Amino acid sequence: MAEPGTTPGGYLLVLAILMPAAGILLSFFIGGRCAERVTLYSTPFGFALACAIAFWVDQTGKPIVYAIGGLRPPLGIDLRADGISAVMLIATAMIVTAAAFYARAKFATPDGVRESRSALTFWIMLQAIWAALTIIFVGGDLFNLYVALELLTFAAVPLVCIDGRAETLAAALRYLMFALFGSISYLLGVALFYGAYGTLDISLLAQRVQATPVVWTAAALMTAGLLAKTALFPLHLWLPPAHANAPAAASAVLSGLVVKGSFFLVLRLWFYVLPALPTDKVAAVLGGLGSAAIIMGSIMALRQARLKLLIAYSTVAQIGYLFLVFPLAAGAHGWSAIGWSAGLMQVLAHAFAKAAMFFSAGVLAEALGHDQIARLGGAARVLPLTFLTIALGGLSLMGLPPSGGFNAKWLMLQASIASGQWFWTLPALGGGLLAAGYIYRILAPALSDGQISLEAQPRRSQEAIALALTIIALALGGAPQAFFDFLEIGRPIAGLP
Amino acid sequence: MTPSVLAGLVGAALVGVGLYGLIIHPHPLRKLLAFNLIGSGVFLVFGIIARRGAAAGFAFDPVPQALVITGIVVAFAASAVAVALILRLAAEAGSVTLDPEAWARPKGEDVK
Repeated sequence: MAEPGTTPGGYLLVLAILMPAAGILLSFFIGGRCAERVTLYSTPFGFALACAIAFWVDQTGKPIVYAIGGLRPPLGIDLRADGISAVMLIATAMIVTAAAFYARAKFATPDGVRESRSALTFWIMLQAIWAALTIIFVGGDLFNLYVALELLTFAAVPLVCIDGRAETLAAALRYLMFALFGSISYLLGVALFYGAYGTLDISLLAQRVQATPVVWTAAALMTAGLLAKTALFPLHLWLPPAHANAPAAASAVLSGLVVKGSFFLVLRLWFYVLPALPTDKVAAVLGGLGSAAIIMGSIMALRQARLKLLIAYSTVAQIGYLFLVFPLAAGAHGWSAIGWSAGLMQVLAHAFAKAAMFFSAGVLAEALGHDQIARLGGAARVLPLTFLTIALGGLSLMGLPPSGGFNAKWLMLQASIASGQWFWTLPALGGGLLAAGYIYRILAPALSDGQISLEAQPRRSQEAIALALTIIALALGGAPQAFFDFLEIGRPIAGLP
Repeated sequence: MTPSVLAGLVGAALVGVGLYGLIIHPHPLRKLLAFNLIGSGVFLVFGIIARRGAAAGFAFDPVPQALVITGIVVAFAASAVAVALILRLAAEAGSVTLDPEAWARPKGEDVK
C-alpha cells in the first residue's frame, strides 16, 4: 500500500491472479494425483478473493487499482477492478468451483488407480482458464489483455480434445484456427494503437483517442478478432462441434465462461477505450450481427438430433443477445444504463443457466449412454432431477419470469423502447419464442410415455450441482437495484472525462 | 519512399497474403503457414512503430520491441500447439480435414 497508485485492497487483484497460477505450477510439480486436490482446495480461496474484491469496490465506490512494481502508466501497467470485473470474478469462481466438483466423477484419481494424462490435463487447464479469465477481468493494458486472451485459448483448446477421438481433435483444430486469426488481428490493432498514441493503458487511451482513420482501423481489427473468439455469427462455425464434443464439465466452462472472456474485451474496447467516438453505426452493425446470431443459432438448435449440439447452438443464439448491448447502452442517455444492466444480466444469466444445461446433458448422457433427442421417450421419469434442471434452465434461456434471463430481456425491451430503437425488440422476442421451441423439443419426448432403461445410475451430487447453478440463474431474476448500481461503478460515460 | 514506408507496405502485403491464404486453403497446415505469414507482417509493423521514439531523440522506442518479442513467443507456442494437433489428428484419423460434414458421415465414405 506504500506504492503510489495502488488503492486499498489493490493487492487482492495480484493474489486473485497468483492463486490459480500457483495452483498450475504446483499441479505440474507434484503430479496427477494431487492436481485434483490442488484445484479443489484452491476454489474456496478463489471465491473468497473475488468476494473481497467486490467488497472493496463496493466500499470505495471506485475501481480498485494495483500499480505493478509501483510504476504508473504509461511506463507501468495497472491492474484495475471495477463493478463488472468484480461481478465476473465472482461468477467465474462459482462456475469453476461447480465444474471442479462436477468433474470429480470423471477425472478423480483415487488411490490404487493409475493416474491418467487426461485427468492431469483437465485439472491444469481448468486452473489455467481461471487464471486467464482473472487477468482478462482485471487487466488495464491492451497488450496484457492480449496475452491473457492467448492463455485463455491455449487452456480452452486442449479441453475440447481431451478424450483424443479424431472428431474432437478436428473440432479443437478448427477452434484453434479461428482463435489464431482472432489473436493476430487483435495484436495488429494493438500495434496501431501504440503507434498512434504511445500507450496501451485503457484509461489513458480513453482520454487521448480521436476519431481518426488509424483508430477506426485498429478498433475494427481488434473487434473482428474478438468476434472470432466470441463466436458471433457468422464466425460461429467452430463453436458447436467444439463445445458439444468436450466432456460435460469442460463444455460448461467453455460455453458459460470462456466465450464471455472475449466478449468482455469487446465491451472494454467500445465502452472503456473508445467512449468518445461516435459509435452509432458500429453499434448498429454489432446489434445486427447479434440479431442474426439469435435467429440463426435458434433455428439451428431446433434442427439438431443430439442434445449437446442443441445446447451448443443455443449458446450461439444467446451470444447474439449479448451484442444487443452495443446499440442499447451506447452514449450518455437515460436509457444507456438500462441497456448496460441488460447486457451484464444476460452475461450472468446465460453463464449459470448454460453451465447447468451442459452439466445436466452430461448426467443424462452418462445415465442413458447416448444423448439422441429422439430416443429420450420417458426419460423424465427415470431422471426427474435432471429434467427439472433442464426445464428451469430453459426458463432462463427463453426469458420467462422469474429468472435472470427474463430480467435481461425485460431490461433490453425497456431500453429499446426508451431509446426509440423498437426494432431490436423483434430479435429479442423472436429469439425467446424460438428458445421455447428448442426447450420444448427436449422436454416433450422426455415427459411422454416410453420405455427407457438406465445404463448407469445418475450421480446425485452431479445433479445437485447442476440444480444449484440453475437456482442461481433464477435468483438473478430478483436482483435488487443496488446490484445494478454496483455494475455502474467505473463505467465511463460518453462525453464526460 | 523512406525505408519505414517500404517496411510498412511490406507488412501490410504480408498480412493481406496471409489472410487470403488462411481463408481459402482448406488444409490446416497451409492455414497455419498463412497464420505465420500474417504474424510476420504484424511483427514488421511493430518494428516500424519502434522507430517512433527516434523523433524524441532516442535511437528507438524499446516498448514495441518488448511487445514483439512476447508476440513472437506466443505465435511460436500457438504454432507448436497447432502442429501437435495436426500430427495427432493425422495419426488418429489417417487424414487431416476440418470439414465437419466429413465427420458426420459414416466411416470409409468419401473421407478426403
